[in-house]
Amino acid sequence: MEMLNTIGLFLQSTVQMGTILLFATLGGILCERVGHLNLGIEGMMLMGAVIGFYTGYHTGNGWVAFAAAAVAGGFGALIYAVITVTFLGNQTVTGLVLSIFGTGFSSFVGLPLSTVTMPQSAMAPFRAFKVPLLSKIPVLGPAIFEQSVYVHIGLILAIVMYVYLNKTRFGLNLRAIGENPASADASGINITLYKYIHIIIGGMLCGLGGAYLTLVYVPLWQDGITSGMGWIAVTLIIFSTWNPLKAIISAYLFGALRSIGFKLQNIQIPKIGGGTFILNSQLLNMLPYIMTIVVLVIIALRKKREEQPPGWLSLPYYREDR
Amino acid sequence: MFKRIIALICVFLLALAVFSGCDNAKNSDLKVGFVYIGAIGDGGYTYAHNQGRLALEKELGVQTMYVENVSEDLATCKDAIVGLIDQGCTIIYVNSFGHGDAAFECAAEYPDVYFGHATGYLLADNFSNYMGRVYEPRYLSGIAAGLNTVSGKIGYVAAMPIAEVVRGINAFTLGVRSVNPDATVEVIWTNTWYDTTLEKSAAQELINKGCDVIAQHCDSTAPQIAAEEAGVKSIGYNASMLDAAPKAYLTAPLFHWGTFYIDDVKSIIDGKYQSRAYWEGLKSGMVSLDTLSANNVDGTAEKVEEAKKQIEDGSLYIFTGPLKDNAGSEKVAAGVAMTDAELQAFDWFVEGVIGTVPTGN
Repeated sequence: MEMLNTIGLFLQSTVQMGTILLFATLGGILCERVGHLNLGIEGMMLMGAVIGFYTGYHTGNGWVAFAAAAVAGGFGALIYAVITVTFLGNQTVTGLVLSIFGTGFSSFVGLPLSTVTMPQSAMAPFRAFKVPLLSKIPVLGPAIFEQSVYVHIGLILAIVMYVYLNKTRFGLNLRAIGENPASADASGINITLYKYIHIIIGGMLCGLGGAYLTLVYVPLWQDGITSGMGWIAVTLIIFSTWNPLKAIISAYLFGALRSIGFKLQNIQIPKIGGGTFILNSQLLNMLPYIMTIVVLVIIALRKKREEQPPGWLSLPYYREDR
Repeated sequence: MFKRIIALICVFLLALAVFSGCDNAKNSDLKVGFVYIGAIGDGGYTYAHNQGRLALEKELGVQTMYVENVSEDLATCKDAIVGLIDQGCTIIYVNSFGHGDAAFECAAEYPDVYFGHATGYLLADNFSNYMGRVYEPRYLSGIAAGLNTVSGKIGYVAAMPIAEVVRGINAFTLGVRSVNPDATVEVIWTNTWYDTTLEKSAAQELINKGCDVIAQHCDSTAPQIAAEEAGVKSIGYNASMLDAAPKAYLTAPLFHWGTFYIDDVKSIIDGKYQSRAYWEGLKSGMVSLDTLSANNVDGTAEKVEEAKKQIEDGSLYIFTGPLKDNAGSEKVAAGVAMTDAELQAFDWFVEGVIGTVPTGN
């Protein structure tokens, strides 16, 4: 029982950390499925994080802050969409620039915010709560059913996105655009509209991922608060093979890998032939990145059709070139 | 005749005004440049340096300018320093250990510019290094932690395994065990100075292990928030973190970098500059312990005050033997005081610390 309790608590913090990544990964998947490589995730997360905090601090309303964070992320994505969809700019460079812009924007807006704290009223809607009965389940209870509603929103969004992508006509159209915009165009799909909508919604999700940090996880603003998690999300998109359901697993797994190092740091491991040793903490911190490399290699080797990137990913589509 | 005397007096007064104005003008012409490793909005380390810069401006009326987010690689840091000098700065302070080499090279190239390097060790005619003996208030914060813990388990979120952090953990633990001889301090390394999520996660892990006071040597307030959420107590660092954790926060060791900046710039203005290794403690005002919050148990203030007095009057030097390491072997014999050089090379934990200093083996 003691053991189960410990595992439950560990998974609880894992899921919290994974939620930040889950939102960002989902946003990235939506954007890439429509054929656009957006490396601006880190920037959009920071924009969402700072605007979410700013709004929460000034209005004292958590849900208004939530909405504002989504708008901020969406605004970042709109800039990206105008440059890459309308003006056919290089997606890689635009994304990188968006990341740099978002970082600077958040530092600028956040400067007066670093010494203030969030009013209780703004944090109230996102406080962790116990779902009756379900929270009593060992391990799974504390991990999933004793969390902020923000965590549940992330889970529901992932499922909704999966259904949307795979079971609806809109999802089919959007996947067609990602695979081959020329064919999609020929079948009468409004490519520009689809691209704009999904890139912007993707950006909104990234903004919400950042805002999870400033509204729920550590309700405060500090410069560069995402500390590179947007870049991890970029790899998680590949890790989850552009599948929103797998994004849940991979985001939580990375959440676990980021904190498992702390679990193992002070544990004496018996050595073969007597004595004990302690795992090097720097080595443990490398785990998530080693995993990423391994998965990239596996995906490249397996060559399963449904696990490949969208065919037109990161390529501009010139309509007149048909 | 009368008119002439009036005119003479006027001229004299004018000259006096010009001269007295000159004195101030001299100060406000002086430009001091700061190179920061982080952003002034980080709420921690760079924030504290920036408060020092503002104190310097206010106290001496000099002009200051700063560059944020300067990484530690040689080229970037030199660029930042030369940029400040080109804009007229004649005094340069760099606030990260890794800025040292770049600043030292610049000091050789610009012999007329004065340099200061926080947390460093290099010295030249126009190059000082400066640091606070923050282990003294850390010892005091350990006393507060030792008195406030119920489980006897204290957690410590530590950034990088370098001597300064190890020294802080040891001072803290000695403080804890001076009032609570059986208590332990468990250390988790985050291996980064500033990563909000990792720091919170590390604190959560310590709390899950049964720690009921969380201390930190890292730059964000995330460990305080983890303590607040879990309903345990916390010790901050660098700046008062009472707002972030109103029910958890006990106190924090603080830096007052302005103490050095004012002292140093004043010596330059007065023409008494002498480069030095400035490493001062509680007595100088360079470091202090934050006001104890109302979350402390009764009697904490008395114990802390008593030790503070002893440190200030020199009757208590905390790193005096007998000291054992946490594997049980004696490292410092009874009555022997550790030297500054030994403190700057600390690579072992005192008895009572759970954890290891990674050595790369």
